Amino acid sequence: MNSNCPLPVNNFDSVTMAHGGGGKLTDRLIHDLFIKELDNSWLRKAHDGAVLEMNGRIAFSTDSFVVNPLFFPGGNIGDLAVNGTVNDLVCCGAVPEYLSLGLIIEEGLKMDDLRLIIVAIRDAAIRANVKIVTGDTKVVEKGKGDKIFINTSGVGTILQGINICPERCTPGDAIIITGNVADHGIAILSSRKGLSFESSIKSDTAPLNGLADAIFEVTKDVHMLRDPTRGGVSSALNEICASSGCGIMLDEKEIPVSDEVKGACEIMGFDPLYIANEGKLLIILPDKYALDVLNAIRKDPLGKDAAVIGHVTEGPPVVKLKTVIGSTRIVDMISGEQLPRIC
Amino acid sequence: MIYSGRFRKHKRIIKFLALKYIDEYRDINIINALATSIRDVVKHPWNIMEICGGQTHSIMKYGLNEFLPGQVNLVHGPGCPVCVTPLEKIDKALAIARMKDVIMVSYGDMLRVPGTESDLLLEKSKGCDVRMVYSPLDAVNIASDNPSKKVVFFAIGFETTAPINALSIIKAKNLKLDNYFVLCSQVLVPPAIKMILELEGSSIQGFLAPGHVCAITGYNDYVSLAEKFHVPFVVTGFEPADILTGILALVKQLENGRYEVENEYKRVVSKEGNPNALKIINDVFEVTDQEWRGIGTIPESGLRISSKYSAFDVEKHFNTGITGSRESDICIAGKILQGSCKPTDCKAFGRECIPEHPLGAPMVSLEGACSAYYRYQ
Repeated sequence: MNSNCPLPVNNFDSVTMAHGGGGKLTDRLIHDLFIKELDNSWLRKAHDGAVLEMNGRIAFSTDSFVVNPLFFPGGNIGDLAVNGTVNDLVCCGAVPEYLSLGLIIEEGLKMDDLRLIIVAIRDAAIRANVKIVTGDTKVVEKGKGDKIFINTSGVGTILQGINICPERCTPGDAIIITGNVADHGIAILSSRKGLSFESSIKSDTAPLNGLADAIFEVTKDVHMLRDPTRGGVSSALNEICASSGCGIMLDEKEIPVSDEVKGACEIMGFDPLYIANEGKLLIILPDKYALDVLNAIRKDPLGKDAAVIGHVTEGPPVVKLKTVIGSTRIVDMISGEQLPRIC
Repeated sequence: MIYSGRFRKHKRIIKFLALKYIDEYRDINIINALATSIRDVVKHPWNIMEICGGQTHSIMKYGLNEFLPGQVNLVHGPGCPVCVTPLEKIDKALAIARMKDVIMVSYGDMLRVPGTESDLLLEKSKGCDVRMVYSPLDAVNIASDNPSKKVVFFAIGFETTAPINALSIIKAKNLKLDNYFVLCSQVLVPPAIKMILELEGSSIQGFLAPGHVCAITGYNDYVSLAEKFHVPFVVTGFEPADILTGILALVKQLENGRYEVENEYKRVVSKEGNPNALKIINDVFEVTDQEWRGIGTIPESGLRISSKYSAFDVEKHFNTGITGSRESDICIAGKILQGSCKPTDCKAFGRECIPEHPLGAPMVSLEGACSAYYRYQ
């Protein structure tokens, strides 16, 4: 990340109410930081909105980002905000193209932190090959926010021949995960005050359009894509069951979890299936394509640990898991937040 | 599992190294061999209680009942720390959390357990300063960082949490903190087993003794219980192979008419326990009669802060005016915790009482029997 360019608005160490007041300071913040870092022809026009040329079926998605801490091993809220919306578009079968960026900043946010976040947004947008074409900034009084909240919305064109929706899930379909689960959630936890533990676990935040391209090169007959973020693999699959009416049977021994995450989960009493990911795809597709898709995505570093973790079954719409010892249990949707166990 | 814990100033560090020594205890071949042995040995029907909620959770999570012959009936015991924390203590915690300049701190699970009218997470959403920690030593750090606030740690649990909860008080004393207080609800396992065995019509014939509790206390207390009540105990761990090994050893004893205490968790437990942990417990706490939620008061079944450390005792410094909180009429948690009912016997189970709206504590904690049944069955 290149962030060595000092900011002229740095006469201020931190963001003030005046930076959101619509006057000179707002203008300087927009030009000297946002437009400078995220530069493109749409932003340079400094218009009320962006006018886009697009054809065909368009996917449109929005996501808001509130994360504590803002900076965590493997990324920050800026990466997340870009990758999150990019991945939502990917899961619609779209090629992500344009994003909006809405910032709600709490007065007092360190200007250096804001700059690091914007630089992360710039780098993530370049990596995902998307343009930030419009944006908005508001500043709220101290105590009325939590440093910074970010909303991104995005649009992308859906590729010809692609039709992704849960209703297409069919008994016998294979379920692939593109890598180790639970890295993001555990990385966040490892850096959270009061629960801090030393680990080398990093967030997996990443744009997944490259992986999607690799999948579609093998087959466009993909029934479902989902990025298992909040609530983890379990929530994503339970939602798919509910929408499709199908059941799902997972094979616990095939679910990839890194040793370190497994260790953290054992001690805290967490189930990795309920923990957030920010750079993984769940792919549901006819079993006959599973091996070829697996081989294709394993060539990408983001998919090197990909595995077939289960299959779609006839209803009832319940996620079940064949445990490592051969028994079967239900994988229910999580109720609230997972909390560390007591002993 | 290998991990090393060490403390740095104001920050608790656990270093997770590669996970080891777990997969062997989840090996399908070992599990099947143990299941076959149990089937070979068992001749009669037996009611076996696993004391610890961690064991209950493991049994449900791994579907261990699928491996057991019909003669082995597993009954779930009272060993879920949040489940047995009395309602009155929770109501006190809620009242204190609402007080000015208080930071209420507890373990994760405890924050969701319903009091009479609220729970700590709900109070947090209303603006109270309620924080979750993994270790009470972090609560001491919060007190050290916030000298103008009163930091109250809601210290609950069995003999497993007692040493670290005690250590937090010693640490606060060493740091000369006058703003760290402990609301104590520590319970002890052997008196609860005694109470269960003395219940009229008690059907429990053998116990899987709680491995982690015994890691602290050793298992001498269980030897006297075995002799007095003629019931066998097997000190048992928490992995699927641990639990089936414990059941196998217990069934062998029962079929042979023996009532001894065996240790099948030797990699963690010694007969005498952990002398350093026991020393800290005995320094900070003293034994007291204790109320168990849903069960009632069991003589000498709890720990309270000794007078030597009364400066840190919530009961001496906060007047909440709360006495005699009353349980929901519907919830049968008490009968479940005593092993006389299963969660599915409760008419509210899965209906009015679900994890999102728990009527009783066993639906809250991962270690609660109702939660384990609801999640995995």
